[in-house]
Amino acid sequence: MSKKRKEENGAMQAQHRALKLKRRQPNRSRVGDFFIYFFLFLMALVMVFPLVFAVNSALKPLDELFMFPPKIFAQNPTLDNFSDLFVTMGKSWVTFSRYIFNTVFITAVGTAGHLIISSMGAFVLSKYDFPGGQTFFKLVTVALMFSGYVTAIPNYLIINALGWVDTYWAIIVPAFAAPIGLFLMKQFMEGLPMSLIEAAKIDGANEWKVFMNIVMPNVKPAWLTLIIFSVQSLWNNRAATFIYSEEKKTLVYALQQIQSGGIARTGQAAAVTVIVMVVPIAIFIFSESQILETMASSGLKD
Amino acid sequence: MKEYFKKYLTLRKHNFQVAVKKAKRSKMCYAFLAPYAILFTLFYILPVGTSIFFSFTYYNILESPRFIGLQNYISLILQDDIFLQGVKNTFMIAVITGPLGYIASFLFAWLINELPRWLRSIAVVVFYAPSIAGNVFVIFSIFFRGDAYGYVNAFLMNIGIIDAPILWLIDPKYMLSICMIVILWMSLGTGFLSFVAGLQGVDKSQYEAGYMDGVRNRWQELWFITLPNMKPMLMFGAVMSITQAFGVCDVTMALCGYPSTDYAARTVVTHLFDYGYSRFEMGYASAIATMLFLVMILCNKAIQSILRRVGT
Repeated sequence: MSKKRKEENGAMQAQHRALKLKRRQPNRSRVGDFFIYFFLFLMALVMVFPLVFAVNSALKPLDELFMFPPKIFAQNPTLDNFSDLFVTMGKSWVTFSRYIFNTVFITAVGTAGHLIISSMGAFVLSKYDFPGGQTFFKLVTVALMFSGYVTAIPNYLIINALGWVDTYWAIIVPAFAAPIGLFLMKQFMEGLPMSLIEAAKIDGANEWKVFMNIVMPNVKPAWLTLIIFSVQSLWNNRAATFIYSEEKKTLVYALQQIQSGGIARTGQAAAVTVIVMVVPIAIFIFSESQILETMASSGLKD
Repeated sequence: MKEYFKKYLTLRKHNFQVAVKKAKRSKMCYAFLAPYAILFTLFYILPVGTSIFFSFTYYNILESPRFIGLQNYISLILQDDIFLQGVKNTFMIAVITGPLGYIASFLFAWLINELPRWLRSIAVVVFYAPSIAGNVFVIFSIFFRGDAYGYVNAFLMNIGIIDAPILWLIDPKYMLSICMIVILWMSLGTGFLSFVAGLQGVDKSQYEAGYMDGVRNRWQELWFITLPNMKPMLMFGAVMSITQAFGVCDVTMALCGYPSTDYAARTVVTHLFDYGYSRFEMGYASAIATMLFLVMILCNKAIQSILRRVGT
């Protein structure tokens, strides 16, 4: 009797499990899901609040900026702060467009060079076995472990010795060798099948052609990742230690001068913040799926 | 013994010859790596070496460096109270925001993992945006303004917790905590992206197998299946957060001023800037940099050996 019941019970349990397995995630409870997503939603609000506040401050007219108690959302949004910003910048003896040119030039050249040079290195490190290759890659991973501040002072001395102080190259050339780019590119290229390269070689392509025509088109997601990291660091680079001629200074530096202009420029300062933050975030939004694809191979193996 | 030594030498010699031969055959590899290798050596390896070298000298750029042995380190540790203050602050920040930011990165990545695709994309942008948004964190100086018009002060006064405004960013009592809040707000960075991507890559059939083997809830799933699969990403994320945690300076400089009241928000990096760029005592600054370098590397190695044991 009891044996039979046990069997029945067992059969029912098995059926129950099979049913549960058919659902996408078997080990989930509704209540748990609810609390977790509620918590996530709250945290998302906390994270996004300062950003929303910054954008809204930039859109507020003067009287609303100093209104008390403050409203988060602008009641009568205007673009006055942005136009005021251009007026202020227009009055400086270096024109605003020059600052934009400096930043765009540094960012574009630095990123392009970084992409090409790191990819070339990553290609041979990931696909060929040659003496010193592994050791070199280990050194690069060690370089990930200390921040740029450690090398700031000797870097200055080296760039001084090269005669690059007060030129764009002081910012651009060190950016070429950022270790994070080579690291991510190499890890991503590991996933590329070797047969692809060998097939191209049998067809008579030389190494450079293989690299340009086979490897690079196949790692496009990784390009975007390198680009976002490089743009992010170059775009926000104040470059104040290396560049002292006013006409070579970067946008961020010029904008920070406005931000420190005190209470009268609160609105303009908010506009500045928005301009500075919008570029990296926009690039990230447009390339998110590719970046995540690259980051999937970012793991650090022993 | 001599025999053994001889054999060892021939073996080494042979290995070396093989390596040379291999190297000759892979000239192309070196040609491809050369541009990166040269720049990397020039701007990453050489500076570390120079930094260690200068840390044993007195060097002020104008005169040539003079060797003074360990004097820089001795004065740093024994005489420089402000440096010790900086070390204390940096450790406080690193020990609190480093692990918290790291855990938060993983937790949020894990929680958003099961959202529908479009919602997940939005969530990633929302959580990642603060860390790439440049210097938006200066907005916090408006929230924490010292007068009654600062939003935090106004709020706390309205609900009656305090009756006079608090000088959040000037009073040494509160400075560090506020910096930590801001740093935590920005801490979902590269590691977070790595986690999000890594979680997507975990093989779904493992979860089903785990269910059949008796994994009962999401926490067991996390510990027995997800974490072991994520180990390489966890390592990468740890490197990123440790490096960031010890390099804190932007936030403290922007919010609390440089120098801050009573040096209460001084960190190791701001101390380094002070001596390197304001006083031009390059030898002394190099000693600070060298110590920072050693601490970062050691901490990374230690954490990695701990992480190797996760989920086993």
